[in-house]
Amino acid sequence: MDKFTTLTGIAAPMPLVNIDTDMIIPKQFLKTIHRSGLGKNLFDEMRYAPDGTENPDFVLNRPAYRDAQIIVAGDNFGCGSSREHAPWALLDFGIRCVISTSFADIFYNNCFKNGILPIVMPQDAVDALMKDAENGANARLTVDLESQTVTAPDGTAWPFEMDPHRKHCLLNGLDDIGLTLEKSAAIQSYEAQIAQSQPWV
Amino acid sequence: MTGTINAGAPRTLYDKIFDAHVVDRQPDGTCLLYIDRHLVHEVTSPQAFEGLRMSGRRVHAPDKTIAVPDHNVPTTPDRVNGIENPEGRVQVAELDKNAREFGLNYYPMNDVRQGIVHIVGPEQGWTLPGMTVVCGDSHTATHGAFGALAHGIGTSEVEHVLATQTLIQKKSRNMKVEITGRLRPGVTAKDITLSIIGQTGTAGGTGYVIEYCGQAIRELSMEGRMTVCNMAIEGGARAGLIAPDETTFAYVNGRPHAPKGAAWEAALAWWKTLYSDADAHWDKVITIRAEDIEPVVTWGTSPEDVLPIGATVPAPEDFDGGKVEAARRSLDYMGLTPGMKLTDIKVDAVFIGSCTNGRIEDLRAAAEILRGRHLAQGVRGMVVPGSGLVRLQAEEEGLDRVFTDAGFEWRLAGCSMCLGMNPDQLAPGERCAATSNRNFEGRMGRGGRTHLMSPVMAAAAAITGHLTDVRAVLAETA
Repeated sequence: MDKFTTLTGIAAPMPLVNIDTDMIIPKQFLKTIHRSGLGKNLFDEMRYAPDGTENPDFVLNRPAYRDAQIIVAGDNFGCGSSREHAPWALLDFGIRCVISTSFADIFYNNCFKNGILPIVMPQDAVDALMKDAENGANARLTVDLESQTVTAPDGTAWPFEMDPHRKHCLLNGLDDIGLTLEKSAAIQSYEAQIAQSQPWV
Repeated sequence: MTGTINAGAPRTLYDKIFDAHVVDRQPDGTCLLYIDRHLVHEVTSPQAFEGLRMSGRRVHAPDKTIAVPDHNVPTTPDRVNGIENPEGRVQVAELDKNAREFGLNYYPMNDVRQGIVHIVGPEQGWTLPGMTVVCGDSHTATHGAFGALAHGIGTSEVEHVLATQTLIQKKSRNMKVEITGRLRPGVTAKDITLSIIGQTGTAGGTGYVIEYCGQAIRELSMEGRMTVCNMAIEGGARAGLIAPDETTFAYVNGRPHAPKGAAWEAALAWWKTLYSDADAHWDKVITIRAEDIEPVVTWGTSPEDVLPIGATVPAPEDFDGGKVEAARRSLDYMGLTPGMKLTDIKVDAVFIGSCTNGRIEDLRAAAEILRGRHLAQGVRGMVVPGSGLVRLQAEEEGLDRVFTDAGFEWRLAGCSMCLGMNPDQLAPGERCAATSNRNFEGRMGRGGRTHLMSPVMAAAAAITGHLTDVRAVLAETA
């Protein structure tokens, strides 16, 4: 997994609330057995007409946002299914950070496993950053995970909260499985105990 | 361990199950939680198995890992000849290969026990009270009906569980949703769960584990309880739970993988300690009177867009903030006009099935409404049993004849239309009365329009050709 330390990039505004995982990556693209290559189908049904041509009004099709690396989104981003194809598609497109007032639980978890930083901020901060994002390519935001700030083009630094364990893993690009396997002895001891007390498990 | 489970401060059911599974706890509260059952399907697992192979790792506990293909499988009889769609075929073949190579408990596509993973788990007795159950599927919440801590995970976490049989977790907060009193006739578990989401919103449960309780919940069958817990995720919760009781034990007893003999007695003794202590702390409490719950349907493209069947389609201005634009978009997508009666909405298709409502009781309830009646002109209907065994049971009871006599197609088990990853899909603009769980844009097929409701409400819509209050049909029968 790639580390996430700092990122300066174009932010795309997506003020719609409840952007669900079926919007982020529709079900027909879940048939892959690989993690890569989903970026071209990110937001597929919003981004393309049924004949496959681009919808010019969709934010990521507008010239200013084609290279966006950040999305500023409405409430409850990523609700719906557990498909990790949603963060895979975002990452493959080039999105490394999503800012919203709230995220759905599983999507939020999935982001951290893929080097994407989901940032929860209060409504006033999201509103201000949404306005900045609406200014197009000139509106670059700087996200600094170490200092836990998002800096707007006018220099305003908005702070955000972050779980220390998740932050540590993301800053260092750590593999969860490797860390857990270091605790194999504890797992085995738990299993030995359960084999006695709950043999049916 | 079983002797100390109730010691110390009062705890909720969630607290008790969580505590009993902690392998390691860090000072910041990050825990390594042991996973008792890992369910696997073909869509969210291939990359996880690939990850295992690339790092030379094995499946830590294949005996606790259960695999079944469900999302991609066609529901027509010709599936014995294989899956026509090349990508779907590869995904199912990949699961087949992984299940055999890693020695998992496996129900292949043409095994009679195959079905939707959340129906197969309980049916085979894999899901038991007090367990932790995960699956790369958000509707894993279903298993909470047994008093198991069950939730969906992403593919990276699937790989983590395969490799270590544990999950890195932090404690969620505790929410109690109490449904007091008794449901009125024509009102079902689906109306309970939709009504809760209608009240709390799709983010109302974010950060919580919900325990459902109260007389109306206690009086539900296991099938009904699974319907309620299944949609905990639609309310944003990490998991939904119902304390196990005699109804639970009766359902579990005798299932192929349930404990037997002395192990059964020992299990039962522990299971009976699995309830929230009277003075346990709740971070949030919601109380709903069962008598106030009516048969409901969704009108929009979010599961929170719930209204009683007697209501009218709302206008965007009825909402606040970001929901105004979302409602405008929903109405446009759904092709509805504010102010029109919900009962004036005509349907083209009716879908009865899914992990929400594809169990035997759901089919019985729908068949009861459809017996001696027929689909309205121009409406197509599909019944998809949740598992091969549900299908067999229904056939033994003659329900298949009721459905086919009414003009419905009687299909093989699978996820079917619920997520349109297989040939069962809506055409653009087609409108469906569905017993599934998500009405998102494009969920059942690009441009398809979904109204969520209970099996009896879907059956009522099938007969009349428009959204219908099932109580009117019941009155006609009486």
